[in-house]
Amino acid sequence: MFKNILLATDGSEHSVRSADHAIQLAENFDGRIEVVYVVDGQTSKQDVLHNTDKYELEQNRRAKVQGVKEVLERSNVEYQINILHGEPGPTIVDHTNSGNFDCVVIGSRGLNNLQTMILGSVSHKVAKRVECPVLIVK
Amino acid sequence: MNLQNIKQQWFGNIKGDVLSGIVVALALIPEAIAFSIIAGVDPMVGLYASFCIAVVISFVGGRPGMISGATGAMALLMVTLVADHGLQYLFAATVLTGILQILFGVFKLAAVMKFVPRSVMVGFVNALAILIFTSQLQHFEGESWVMYALVALTLAIIYLFPRITKAIPSTLVAIIIVTAVAIFGDFGIRTVGDLGNLTQQLPVFLIPSIPFSLETLMIIFPYSLALAIVGLLESLLTANIVDDMTDTESDKNKESRGQGIANVVTGFFGGMAGCAMIGQSVINVKSGGNGRLSSLVAGVFLMFLIIALGGVVVQIPMAALAGVMIMVSIGTFDWSSLRNIHKLPRTDAAVMLITVITVVATHDLSKGVLAGVLLSMVFFAAKISKVKVHEIVALQGAKKVYKIEGQIFFASVNDLLDKIDFNDDVKQVEVDLSNAHLWDDSAIGALDKIEMKFEQNDTEVVYTGLNEESKHLKKRIGGLSKASGH
Repeated sequence: MFKNILLATDGSEHSVRSADHAIQLAENFDGRIEVVYVVDGQTSKQDVLHNTDKYELEQNRRAKVQGVKEVLERSNVEYQINILHGEPGPTIVDHTNSGNFDCVVIGSRGLNNLQTMILGSVSHKVAKRVECPVLIVK
Repeated sequence: MNLQNIKQQWFGNIKGDVLSGIVVALALIPEAIAFSIIAGVDPMVGLYASFCIAVVISFVGGRPGMISGATGAMALLMVTLVADHGLQYLFAATVLTGILQILFGVFKLAAVMKFVPRSVMVGFVNALAILIFTSQLQHFEGESWVMYALVALTLAIIYLFPRITKAIPSTLVAIIIVTAVAIFGDFGIRTVGDLGNLTQQLPVFLIPSIPFSLETLMIIFPYSLALAIVGLLESLLTANIVDDMTDTESDKNKESRGQGIANVVTGFFGGMAGCAMIGQSVINVKSGGNGRLSSLVAGVFLMFLIIALGGVVVQIPMAALAGVMIMVSIGTFDWSSLRNIHKLPRTDAAVMLITVITVVATHDLSKGVLAGVLLSMVFFAAKISKVKVHEIVALQGAKKVYKIEGQIFFASVNDLLDKIDFNDDVKQVEVDLSNAHLWDDSAIGALDKIEMKFEQNDTEVVYTGLNEESKHLKKRIGGLSKASGH
C-alpha cells in the first residue's frame, strides 16, 4: 500500500524524527523512501555567500541531510536523496504530484506564532495540496 | 553558441518570463527612485538606468534570468562625485565604468573574484544593508509622527500582504495604499516630487558635457574603478545565486562584459551606473522567470509605467519609499552571519567586522572590500608561516639533524631562524627539508644565513630533501644574498 514514500526534510532535529516514522512505514509495507530537501531563494543566497565554491556548497548541503541519512543507513530500507530548488511548499507538492508516491511524511516544524503568520506552515500547505495521503509528524 | 541555445534562452519560458518580468518592473520602480535619491540625482536618472541596463543586459548578459539595474551599492559610491562635480561627470564616470568592466570581461578577470574571501563578501552585503538603512534616516529628520506611522504601515503591508496573495508584489500594494492615504489625508509630508523632477519621456542619446581633458579623467577614474569593481562583485555574486537557484551554469566573463556594455549605453542615455540586483533576481526566479525575456520585459514595462503614470509617481510619499528601503536593507543583511558569528573562526569574524566598519566609516564599499582582502591576506600569511622544527641528535652528539616542516617564505623565516640553535657544538648539521617548501628569495636568504652562522663555528651544513621546485629556486638565487658567495 505504501510502496513509494516521500520524506520531506529541512535538515532539522525534528525531521530526523520524521525519518524514523517513514522507515517504520517502509518496513511494514516493504517500500522505498525518497528524501527531498528543498533549497529556497533565501537559503540559496546564504549558502552561496558562505561557501567558497560549488563543491564546498554541495558538500555542506549533503551534510545538512546527514542526520536523516544516518538513520536511513541503519535501517534496511532502500532510499535516495534528492535536493530540489524553489519554495518548499509548492516544490514538494509539485514533486509529489508529478511522481508516483503513495505517501508523504513531513514534520510539523516548531515555528513560533509570528513566523507561522508570516511564512505559513509548509506541512499545512503540503497536506492541503498533495493528492496522496500525508503523515504529519508532531 | 548555436541558434537552438539562443532560442531556448529567449523563448524557452515565455509565459513565466513575461509574468515575472512584470512583477520585477513593479518592484524596480520604488527602488530605482530611492537609489536615485541616495545618489543625490533626479529619480529619472535611476529609472533610465534601470530601463537601459535591464534591456541591454537581456541581450548581452551571461546569466539569463538575472535582473540588473540601478543599485544601492553603486548609488552609495557616487554621492560625493555628484555633490562635488555634478550630473554630467556622473554620466562620464558611468561610461568609463562600463569600459573598465568590458576590459575585465575581455581579459577574463572574473576569476579574480576567488581572491575575495567569503567573509569579505558577507561583510560587503552587511555593510551595504547598514548603509541603505542609515541613508533613510535623513528622511525622518524634522518629520512628525505621521511619517513614522506611514513607514510602519508600509512595512506592515510589505510583510503581511503575501499571506493574502503572492501574485502582486507586496511592495507595490504598500506604495499604492500609503500613497492613497497620504493624498487623501493631506498630511503635507514630503513626496518624491519634492526631491526631484520626473519627466515622462524616453531617454535620449547624449554625450556627457564635460571637458575632455586629463583633469576630468583624474576626477572620474577613481570613482569609475570603484564602481567597476563593486558592480562586478555584486553581479558575479548574484550570478552565483541565480546559478544555484536554477541549478544551471553561466558564463561569468560574458556577464562582466555584458555589465560593461550595459553601463556604457546607460551613461550615454542619461542613467547612472548599475549592476545586478540580488533581491530583484531572487524575486524574478521565485516568480517563475529564468530566461532573457524576463529582463527585457522588466525594463520595457518599467519605462511604459513611468510614461503612463509619471504624474502619480511624483505623489508617492517619502514615507512609503523609506519603508521599502528599510525592507530592502533587512532583506540584504545576512542575518545568519550574526547568528553564527561565535561559531566562525575568529579571524573570519574579524575580517567580516573590519569590512563592515571600514565601509560604514568611509561610505565606500570598495575600500571595505580592499581592507577585508588585505586583512585576510595578513591572517593567511600568519597562519601558514608557522614552521615546525624537530631536532634529532645523531653520531653520539657529533651531528644534529633539523627536520623542518612548513612553508618557508618572507613571513616565516624569522620563526625558522629562531628555532635553530647556532651555538651548538657539533661537527655537522643536516637540515632536512623533505616536508618544507621554499617560496621566495627570503627563504633562500634564510638558508644562506643558517650556513653562514654555522660556518663561523666551523660547523658543516648540508641541506637534504629539497623538492624539485625548491631546488630550482635555490640554484637560481642561492648564494646571491650571502656576502662571501660560493
